[in-house]
Amino acid sequence: MAVEAGAATPEAPTLFGPRRRLLFAGRRAVVASTLSSVVLLGALVAVFYLAPGGAAVRYFFFNPHQMWVSFRGDPSKGLSSIGSGILTNVWMFCVCEVLVLIIGLIIAWVRMTQSAVLFPFRFLATLYTDIFRGIPILLVIFIVGFGLPALQLGSLSTQSPAVYGCMSLTITYSAYVAEVYRAGINSVPNGQLLAARSLGLSSGTTMRRVILPQAVRTVIPPLLNDFISMQKDTALVSTLGAIEATRAAQIYASTEFNFSGYVVASLLFLALTIPLTRFTDHLIAKDRTKRLAAQ
Amino acid sequence: MSNVVLRLSSISKRFGSTTVLSDVSLDLHRHEVVCLIGASGSGKSTLLRCANLLETIDGGDITLFGQSLRDPRVDPDLVRRHIGMVFQSFNLFPHLSVLDNIVLGPVHALGRKRAEVVDEAMALLERIGLSDRADDFPDRLSGGQQQRVAIVRSLAMQPALLLLDEVTSALDPTLVGEVLDLLRDLAAGGTTMLIATHEMAFAKDVAHQVVFLNQGVIVEQGTPEQIFSHATHEATRTFLERA
Repeated sequence: MAVEAGAATPEAPTLFGPRRRLLFAGRRAVVASTLSSVVLLGALVAVFYLAPGGAAVRYFFFNPHQMWVSFRGDPSKGLSSIGSGILTNVWMFCVCEVLVLIIGLIIAWVRMTQSAVLFPFRFLATLYTDIFRGIPILLVIFIVGFGLPALQLGSLSTQSPAVYGCMSLTITYSAYVAEVYRAGINSVPNGQLLAARSLGLSSGTTMRRVILPQAVRTVIPPLLNDFISMQKDTALVSTLGAIEATRAAQIYASTEFNFSGYVVASLLFLALTIPLTRFTDHLIAKDRTKRLAAQ
Repeated sequence: MSNVVLRLSSISKRFGSTTVLSDVSLDLHRHEVVCLIGASGSGKSTLLRCANLLETIDGGDITLFGQSLRDPRVDPDLVRRHIGMVFQSFNLFPHLSVLDNIVLGPVHALGRKRAEVVDEAMALLERIGLSDRADDFPDRLSGGQQQRVAIVRSLAMQPALLLLDEVTSALDPTLVGEVLDLLRDLAAGGTTMLIATHEMAFAKDVAHQVVFLNQGVIVEQGTPEQIFSHATHEATRTFLERA
């Protein structure tokens, strides 16, 4: 038997549930959130201070004097400065980001061509993304950093560790970024392609003037996410002996038997990544508002 | 006859094992308006896409101004410059302003000077009463306005003919009128058009010829009078009763 909507409804249904909304609204909400933040923070600080090894951790990791010395470095004791080490990280990822943007786009483009003549290139591009998305970046760094010098191939084998690090980062992240681009290109509705081709635009012009401008817009947030993780992965180049922030902190730790340098290096990395993280979130939020407004 | 612009000679098209078009023949003369009618899935859109080389045909031949489009020397990009196409879902480029949407083809496909094309584009926008929206982006426009811009965008290429694929089907009923009025206007001005449509009153009114497609086959074709009042086939009559 069909049940009619409204047939079983009592005259005045109960709408009160166990949970109450609007308990914390307006100023009460501000007070409540401040209070809960203070309590949580206080608990964390208390644990930090009251833990049996609290004093030792504060001395070995958060020692203001040691932090300052490790930041500045001390040539007389053979201590590299973490402050200047981070600059190596900065130029490494600046160079890598530019290279990755270009190489990633080329790989994505090659993978999306349809011409029969380009088949071998398409195959190689697919192989490339499969391989370098699958190998841990640390291994790529070892293979490039120790392999290229061993080849004894002129200037290709006599570069600094930082350069080999950049090569490894570029090789690996280009594979990731190519896939990000490809997802962006695929997200552009097919009707855009049809409309552009119907106007008599060539496939190259269609890609450049119609598809890519739309794809790049959707791709910016995931691209920035990859950049954030690449900024951090510059630390792995320390394994080749490049004196960047992490390596300088390691040297400090093994010379002075104090780990405060690690905290300094972490803070410096945060100073680099947080602005980019915030910016990415801002873009995502903006894009979301725009899309909601369009509906 | 030399004034045949587009001729389909018993074309056929298959997707896998499904035959979408079979033995379809059709002439489109200069200044002629031909309306394609038929249920959804009858092959109207596929026919238009084949005419524009967006789909390749499996049999038969298509000629544009007497030249076979199956000739391997034919460059599809050059063919499409002479054939305007308007889609059900407008497909305006969302990252370009209304003006840039119109200017893109003439500048980047024909290599014409932007300044000279802009003047023409503004005249076209003037004609559809949207010249004050030239700098707006498409998402600021209503569906009817977007579709009129899409029509004008293909006109800016000065094509020999227009293919229109159910251009009012995605519109609110209240916005259909303004688009159909523009098409009437174009027809009166002598624009050659092949129109797939579900708007029977419009087809009756504007078409010189009406073609009824059913399951990829042309069942009947003739003047609007013949099709709408004196259809000889059962399938045509059944379709028209339901439409």
